[in-house]
Amino acid sequence: MGKVYDLLLKDVRFTEGMNSCINCGTCTAICPAAEFYNYQPRKIVDLVQSRDEEALIGLLKSETIWYCGECMSCKTRCPRGNAPGLIIIALRSLSQELGYFTESEKGRQMLAIKRTIGEWILKYGYCLYPPEMDMEGHPEQGPIWEWELQHLPEIFEKVGGNYNKPGAGTLRRIPQEALDELRAIFDVTGGTARFEKIEAESAKVAEKMGMDFQGGEDQYFKHVFNAIQINHHHS
Amino acid sequence: MIAEGKKRIWKDYQKEIADDRYYYARSCVRQNFFPGSEAAFLKILREELGKNVFDDPAHTSCTGIGYHADVVPLETTMTVIARQFALMTEAGYQNFVPSCITSFGLYSEIIETWHHFPETLEKTRKYLKQATGREFEIPDNLAHASDVIYKFRKEIGEKGKYRLVNHNTGEPLKIVEHIGCHYSKMFPHKGVGGAEYPYVLVGMIEEWGGEVVDYPERRHCCGFGFRQYAVKANRGYSLSCSHKKFESMEPYHPDAILTNCPGCPYFFDRWQYAISELEGKTYGENGFGIPVLTYEEMAGIVLGYDPWELGMQLHQVSVEPFLEKIGFPYDPEQKYKGKYGQDLGKPKVPEFLKVCC
Repeated sequence: MGKVYDLLLKDVRFTEGMNSCINCGTCTAICPAAEFYNYQPRKIVDLVQSRDEEALIGLLKSETIWYCGECMSCKTRCPRGNAPGLIIIALRSLSQELGYFTESEKGRQMLAIKRTIGEWILKYGYCLYPPEMDMEGHPEQGPIWEWELQHLPEIFEKVGGNYNKPGAGTLRRIPQEALDELRAIFDVTGGTARFEKIEAESAKVAEKMGMDFQGGEDQYFKHVFNAIQINHHHS
Repeated sequence: MIAEGKKRIWKDYQKEIADDRYYYARSCVRQNFFPGSEAAFLKILREELGKNVFDDPAHTSCTGIGYHADVVPLETTMTVIARQFALMTEAGYQNFVPSCITSFGLYSEIIETWHHFPETLEKTRKYLKQATGREFEIPDNLAHASDVIYKFRKEIGEKGKYRLVNHNTGEPLKIVEHIGCHYSKMFPHKGVGGAEYPYVLVGMIEEWGGEVVDYPERRHCCGFGFRQYAVKANRGYSLSCSHKKFESMEPYHPDAILTNCPGCPYFFDRWQYAISELEGKTYGENGFGIPVLTYEEMAGIVLGYDPWELGMQLHQVSVEPFLEKIGFPYDPEQKYKGKYGQDLGKPKVPEFLKVCC
């Protein structure tokens, strides 16, 4: 048994998601990602259960593991009780832990996710926050969002919200004590360490690419947020 | 015998939903994009049904979107969720009601993990104590906010002023329902009707007079995919999934889409706009889109609440065609006004998607 497989066995999501795959392909048939990307969850599970160390390392460095949308449709349908989506989550965690995520275009996107959703959770207490979702980053939001961003306090007042104010209510300002507790939880449980790992590994790649890496929406952030430089789809 | 057999089979598809005294955990996505819905949920429960709901300013995101976008480790998410449960415990509640399907799925997953791997529960208790000094109990009852509306759908229908019926023809409106993947695909026994026959939205539609429309891609994902939407380079995934569903439902001419998860209505609403801009294609009648509603909005409309206080002006796809079909009177002049009638201007009009302004 190889080292990577041993590490996967330490993740409860892996041990719960990986029973015994019979290669029936039901997961691939129902998978939204398999329709969009050059992706087959069946092949992932088959490769993982081979326990081939070299192949597993290749998988952790590949584009493939980042295609899944974690909808978990596969979990419902697998006749053997496997959950390819859970296996993917475990693979993605390990890819980050071992620093392999920067080997792929889709893996490198972790820096953008860390600097948006990751940091917003600690800054605001929410995974999303309206002023952070501007029209440049989110043109699909349409003119209604452009209007809403200009009048957030008045709109929230009208619909019974409590935007950016203390107390209870919709999109209230989360109390500082709660944010402090959130940060302490991240420090104690490895959340902060993962953020730091993503930054450190990404910095190395940015340097190799000759890109500015200062934090926030720097050149490297914009690159990984927008770049599609290889074909991820069925040819 | 046959009736007993049926009861036995359907027993697997029922779930226990607490009757009162709920600790309400708000949703990041719903608060951002459908802020009126959460206010409506509280109004319905407290003022219409006389229930006790605790709305706690101290709870935070469960980190669910971060967890499923792979940036937040499992132990961190477990401990943040444990903190939510600690707040519930300290407030003297046992019934936990999240407003988000991602959260609901995650709470279900974490509770199951603690059950099957007790060492993870012990570790989480240690982490929470170390980070916050708090202790927690696992909720006696976990129900999504839509489960609670489903439980009281008859009472809401009886108090209702409007039915999901075309007031001109007397025909039931044709409603497409979208359950949200994490409601029951991971843990079928946690959802009303399970993963095969999810009934939480169907029960509302039928009780309030509408007709549920079945269509080939009914159970396909809306396409959120977490990182697949969060990162701009991946958004084609998200758009493609919604597009597949729109194309599949189009021949059935639905009058509205009813949603369970806060993310799904956002995507169905915004991607209809994006498709109209990209391809000039619209899916509703006369150049409009298909109106997309949250279950709180639909319940609120049945009860006669003002659509602009429900926040339905914040949809990119206009809801007026739906309101007009059921004969719901509304004031178009107030749509984009503030609470005190102040002029907030108006949003620009999309190039292809027809909107009421």
